[in-house]
Amino acid sequence: MTRGGPLSLPRETAAAARLAFPPNWWARAAWLAFAVYFVYAAAQLEFTPARFAAGLEHGAKFVSRLFPPDFHRWALLLKGMVESLQIAVVASALGVALSLPLSLMAARNLMPAWLTWPARLVMIFCRSFHPVIVAILFVKAVGFGALAGILALTVASVGFLGKLMTEAIEEISLKQVEAVRASGAPFMSVVMFAVVPQVFGRFVGFVAYETDANLRNSTMVGIVGAGGIGGTLFAAFQRFDYDFVCAIVLTIIALIMLGEVLTMRIKRIFRV
Amino acid sequence: MSGAPGLAIAREWQRFTPGERLARFVVYLGVVAAIVASIQTVEVIPEFIADAPEQIGDMLRRMWPIAWGFYPEGVQAPLLESLHIATLGTVAAVLMAVPVAFLAARNVTPHAGLNYFAKLILVSARSVNTLIWALFFVAVFGPGALAGTMAIAFHSIGFTGKLLSEALEESNRGTIEALQATGAPWLSVAIKGYWPQVKPAFWAIVLFRWDINVRESAVLGLVGAGGVGMALDTALNLFQWDRVAMILVAILGVVIAAEIVVTGIRRRIL
Amino acid sequence: MSSLPAAAVEASRPDAAATAALSVRGLVKEYVPGRQVLAGITLDFAPRGMTAVIGPSGTGKSTLIRCINRLVEPTAGEIVFEGRDLARLGKRELRAARRHIGMVFQEYNLVERLTVMENVLCGRLGYVSPAKAWLRRFPARDVARAFELLDTVGLGAFAQARADSLSGGQRQRVGIARAVMQQPRLLLADEPTSSLDPKTSVEIMALMQALSETHGFPVIVNIHNVELARRFAGRIVGMTGGRVVYDGPPERLDETILKTIYGGEDWLE
Repeated sequence: MTRGGPLSLPRETAAAARLAFPPNWWARAAWLAFAVYFVYAAAQLEFTPARFAAGLEHGAKFVSRLFPPDFHRWALLLKGMVESLQIAVVASALGVALSLPLSLMAARNLMPAWLTWPARLVMIFCRSFHPVIVAILFVKAVGFGALAGILALTVASVGFLGKLMTEAIEEISLKQVEAVRASGAPFMSVVMFAVVPQVFGRFVGFVAYETDANLRNSTMVGIVGAGGIGGTLFAAFQRFDYDFVCAIVLTIIALIMLGEVLTMRIKRIFRV
Repeated sequence: MSGAPGLAIAREWQRFTPGERLARFVVYLGVVAAIVASIQTVEVIPEFIADAPEQIGDMLRRMWPIAWGFYPEGVQAPLLESLHIATLGTVAAVLMAVPVAFLAARNVTPHAGLNYFAKLILVSARSVNTLIWALFFVAVFGPGALAGTMAIAFHSIGFTGKLLSEALEESNRGTIEALQATGAPWLSVAIKGYWPQVKPAFWAIVLFRWDINVRESAVLGLVGAGGVGMALDTALNLFQWDRVAMILVAILGVVIAAEIVVTGIRRRIL
Repeated sequence: MSSLPAAAVEASRPDAAATAALSVRGLVKEYVPGRQVLAGITLDFAPRGMTAVIGPSGTGKSTLIRCINRLVEPTAGEIVFEGRDLARLGKRELRAARRHIGMVFQEYNLVERLTVMENVLCGRLGYVSPAKAWLRRFPARDVARAFELLDTVGLGAFAQARADSLSGGQRQRVGIARAVMQQPRLLLADEPTSSLDPKTSVEIMALMQALSETHGFPVIVNIHNVELARRFAGRIVGMTGGRVVYDGPPERLDETILKTIYGGEDWLE
């Protein structure tokens, strides 16, 4: 910067080089900009201390009305939970069944570009909308009920599983594929003997993860009428039936934790 | 696949003990049974399926032409609100998740009881879906963006806290010991020992979560928690499908933009 | 290479082509247009015996071997195997042809998560339908032969072990068993000993030689180790810069020729 005197230059650079903590101006500017944005956004959304204070007051009343949970309508609760479970299981199964061929088609190390592109587009498309929005569209298409939820979560599963599976297939060792191919094996045999063994363990992990995710989401799609416990929960909220709400949410948490324990067990069995 | 014994190799698979094979078999059986039972009992109304192509056609016809003119008056402001909700919610989530993550990491907090407690917080936060959190906070704060932001924040604690505590547990023991050996206080060890090691993971987690939250913030309005979902809900209730299409296109644009931003930042700082 | 005596290159023997199991004519390969890795190779291989291809790294030995069964697509030239030009075959015909060409790889290329038995049976995948292969329903005859072959290569007790639990030498034995399982009429070996210790290397070469004699198929092996080549091969092909610069018996492979192949002479000291 100051290229004035030829003598002053070495001394200046030497001093600069000896700073133990050279300031990172870019990082500081980014932090400042973010702080400004934070204040601006909070103001835009009208977050005021008064609202928080009022909220705390409401919250205390609300929490007191949650307890004790009311399990009297357990039959309704059970029906909703079972439907959520069914939605999650069927959507996961369909999702896996569709993702397996699709991810194989999308793997750039095994397939030509004219096949990988469409497959990738399908996955990106499936991933781009939140499952609830997809559920809204399916509710319009196939009416209220579990089917809309199943289809919505299947779409989400294809987007997510497809991406993970494609990446796993693209990371396999091609040497093993080459060796099986050199023996004159037909394509499907190459896939079965050289590709599947390399990805099987990871796929089990992905499927377990996606089933967990579907279980969580299946408790939610009911809010837009796509079946499962979500509809019951939403109705209870609208009727200010907060002790029933509490019972439902506790059951959901228990089911999801149970699901997580199960998938962890399964992963251990398959040594994922 | 590798678990399926066939005629050709009917001799035992020695890489699995009989117990392991039994366990795998039980898993396969359980999975198949669950799928069959679900398909047989799930309530599907055939008339609705038969009607589906017509309904889809009707929906698409009503969506076209897309109500582009609706964007400036009814989409832009709530869309920005959604983005604010996603960002502020992520920040709040991170602020709350960091202490919990420190408590949950076994190497940082060598106290099993505290670890368990922290993990319980993380798991429960994750188990309750964002939309369900939103219902709670609408009941507490009333409808609006504040409820949405809190919903995003509370649900995200679980995800960010879990990943962060895992990153902490993977950090190098030696560096920490070296700092502790100098007699550095606890906070200094955290800032100079743990932070530099988990920094890349931290930013990756934050960016990843923000990306997810942008998507989630778009649906919060369906339960009254602010953002573009409110506009979507109104349009849906009034069967204004051309406006619905406009909102969906706008959401898609934001989601794609968010993904581009995340990829860009990640390339820069990671 | 121009300094070589003309007699040293016996590649184009017109009478040999008629009886050859495999003849490669004018084989050219360019990975990048205009840069020839193989600059027109012409070689005939007799239906018996072992041929060693030697030469410095990056001279196209591997490419030559891989062009023969088209793991690498040749740019130009003919590869006539049992009267058919492999270079012109369609996908289906190529698969049928590959069933008769066994291949052994430098890094064994076993499917690591499958058992030794499954790996050996991979050699029959060209004959078994994918559905049957998936259910592991291989013909009993194939399974019996696989056990025999495993006994021959000294791994009879390891049939159910997972491939990734074996040592390098053992893996290469499985690789050879897999190739021979195809009942090949030609065996290609791409640097089969480069990842092995000297003693194991000798054992592997001896095994291939023995199997070649008992089953009566020719072997083309490309190999770095000149001593091993001299000891086991009946014919040596020396390559440099994508061309054949020596083709003849191991006895005539003297230091002058080696200098031409590998360039310089320091390494001989």
